[in-house]
Amino acid sequence: MLRFAMMDSAGLDRFREVQRLAYRCAETVGAGLEPGVTERQAAARMRRFLLDRGVDDWFHLPFAWFGDRTAFVGFRLPHQFFPTDRRLEEGMPYILDVAPIVDGYTADIGYAACLGDSPLHARLCADLEEYRELILSGVRSGRTLRTIYDDVDRLIERHGYTNRHRAYPFGVIAHRVGRVRQRGPRPTVAGFGTRALRSLLHDGVMGRRGGWSPLWGPGRSSDHPPTPGMWAVEPHIGFHGVGVKFEELLVVTDGDAFWLDDDIPHVRRWRTAAATA
Amino acid sequence: VIGAVEEHRVDAAGVRLAAVELGDRSAPTVVLLHGWPDTKEVWDPVAERLARHLHVIAYDMRGAGASSAPATTAGYDLDRLVDDFVAVVDALVPGKAVHLAGHDWGSISGWDMVTAPRLAGRILSFTSMSGPSLDHTGHWMRSRLRRPTPSRILAVAGQARRSWYIAAFRVPFLPDLAWRRVVARRWPVFLRRVEGVEVGDGFPAATVAADGAHGMGLYRRNMHRRLGRPRRDPVAQAPVQLVVARRDSYVSPRLFDDLDRWAPVLRRRSVDSGHWLPRTHPAEVAGWIEEFVGDVEAGRMSAADPATASRRGVRGRLVLVTGAGSGIGRATALAAAEAGARVIAVDVDTATAERTADLARMLGAEASALTVDVSDAAAMERLDERVAAEHGVVDVLVNNAGIGVAGGFLETGVEEWRRVLDVNLWGVLHGCRLFARRMVDRGEGGHIVNVASAAAYTPSRTLPAYSTSKAAVLMLSECLRAELAPNGIGVSAICPGFVSTNITRTTRFVGVSAADEERMRERSTRLYRRRNYPPERVAAAILRAVERDEAVVPVTVEARAMRALSRFTPGLVRRLARIDAR
Repeated sequence: MLRFAMMDSAGLDRFREVQRLAYRCAETVGAGLEPGVTERQAAARMRRFLLDRGVDDWFHLPFAWFGDRTAFVGFRLPHQFFPTDRRLEEGMPYILDVAPIVDGYTADIGYAACLGDSPLHARLCADLEEYRELILSGVRSGRTLRTIYDDVDRLIERHGYTNRHRAYPFGVIAHRVGRVRQRGPRPTVAGFGTRALRSLLHDGVMGRRGGWSPLWGPGRSSDHPPTPGMWAVEPHIGFHGVGVKFEELLVVTDGDAFWLDDDIPHVRRWRTAAATA
Repeated sequence: VIGAVEEHRVDAAGVRLAAVELGDRSAPTVVLLHGWPDTKEVWDPVAERLARHLHVIAYDMRGAGASSAPATTAGYDLDRLVDDFVAVVDALVPGKAVHLAGHDWGSISGWDMVTAPRLAGRILSFTSMSGPSLDHTGHWMRSRLRRPTPSRILAVAGQARRSWYIAAFRVPFLPDLAWRRVVARRWPVFLRRVEGVEVGDGFPAATVAADGAHGMGLYRRNMHRRLGRPRRDPVAQAPVQLVVARRDSYVSPRLFDDLDRWAPVLRRRSVDSGHWLPRTHPAEVAGWIEEFVGDVEAGRMSAADPATASRRGVRGRLVLVTGAGSGIGRATALAAAEAGARVIAVDVDTATAERTADLARMLGAEASALTVDVSDAAAMERLDERVAAEHGVVDVLVNNAGIGVAGGFLETGVEEWRRVLDVNLWGVLHGCRLFARRMVDRGEGGHIVNVASAAAYTPSRTLPAYSTSKAAVLMLSECLRAELAPNGIGVSAICPGFVSTNITRTTRFVGVSAADEERMRERSTRLYRRRNYPPERVAAAILRAVERDEAVVPVTVEARAMRALSRFTPGLVRRLARIDAR
């Protein structure tokens, strides 16, 4: 929690800047995806885009999932999350997930879209809005993370979808991110930045003492009220081979919480839809 | 045959065939093929009905009635029968494509005609009665003997039991003698007493002694050749209507299990009749032929037509699911939608049922939602009538709606008993009662799935009310399956174990405080979630059960294990029942 003390508005601006960069990357690369492109190629394009714009480290290397891989169909082992040679086809959903770090400020975003029109995909994306509201109001009212996780599950059930964030390591719907220190080499291990992992591990150790966890999951370790800090929240829902998610930073302060930025693609999409409806 | 009848003599390869035609020549033509040991007169009551709107041709098969007989057994080869058909239609309706209907050997040879590449386009449709294709039967036996399971062996044995006379006919000379001297004389009596056919008025024909003896050539020439070496790819090139006589003593309904493979455009009918249905059910037979001919002529028979969809699986069929607003019910409705069914989602909660229908439509299915409390008899009757009026007869009924009650017997009050039995048992009863009646009346079969539970055979001190209701559902399903089997209606009981659904959130825990009840709900929900068996997998099992007509289907490892234990080590199961799972 000490780490959060430095999060003044200037710090938040830096986080917001990186997050916008990450979204710009996803939108730009997404708009340029053509039929036949592979997940690996898409991931490489995002990496190039970000490196060209001053990204100097990664929370994790860019992920790209095409087709039913967006719903993690048949995922059993962690290595299946990494980009494959799956080719994009007309009408296929895709998800881009990037987590760049600039000068120690971390972003972790998810961007769900579809090549061409798909009413099914559009419906899932539209329904995501409720999750964003549900999570924020849950955090604001001080419910424990585990209870909010259950609330999300209930909403997924009511919608008739399946919970796909359960497939992530530890089944997390969110995880803490923070500033990472800027010294030393910056290797990645298994797709994750070592310094970001170290920071997460540090939070884990701290949390163990303080009775909280940097991983927001379904288990008992998340049975505590939201801890102040930056949380990368990523509800991920699936329906018959189509998966959609959003991921963005939630800022939790003592007694309040807010989304780091509301000027982001999925929120803009919902607002346009509401305006035209 | 009465009315405007024209008689013809047609010369075919080595024989002269006696044919009649009646009705208006400008109408679509139907050619009627008779069986053994009959003559074209077997069709009289059907033909005179058909002739009101159609042009009808019937002829005596070679060796029967007024047609002459070939000199050798080789003359009875199925290929010659196809030649005869070509000769007759070429002579009477040159260049015109015709509809076909066959009974017994007429149907067997009809299959050869409708699958013959050289006749593609000449035959517009085929109605088959009590006569399977010998090629299909050959493939059917092969596939069953190649992977013999008890039920497959039983199916083959069932047909073998009906085919004893075929083997008897292989004996030379003796059967002919027996037929001419003994059986033929008693034939009218046999038809009347055993088969319940009215005799007289030219049926059986006066020539029955000679016809029967000649016709043995059909069996001798074709049976072993075709069954032993069935032709590859005998696929029908025109829409086929199969009429299954459920009490046929010579043709097992099981023979048609694989027919969808060979008849891409198929309509199945089923009738509670013996072998001679053209004689015992002439009005129905004529009606079906006329309707089918009409549908084909109007272009209404295509592979996508729901009425032509296969009896197995749910594609193109009307599926009604109760409790479709959540859990297994919703997953089943959606799985059916994805498989191409028309879906009616029924739930006591309107919003959730609507949502399910909505999702089903997103999957490209035709879907609607209805609200009903399954325990309300009057409401269920209204549902039944509304569905029948708006959607037709339900092909697959999934009685899924259910509630949970946990807690000891002594703590469970009368009201709780009533509630759980009302929904879990009476709900299923009402569904079966109403929809099975319509399935039976329609006569085209169907399927009923009752979602029971592994609790149905797993005693426990924690779930006495729930387990009792589910055990009743299981037994009801078994009894119903026996009763409805002759109607071509399958009944399956699904017995899931711990499946992650919201039933745990709504379960009534009796004998505890409200706070404790909430805690228990949370705990069991988490427990079920950790088990992580999704309702989608139960839905898949349900569709499989419909497709394969399975009787009792335990789903999940624990459900299968408990079923094995309850059979083989009931003592152990009773010990386990004593554990207080709360």
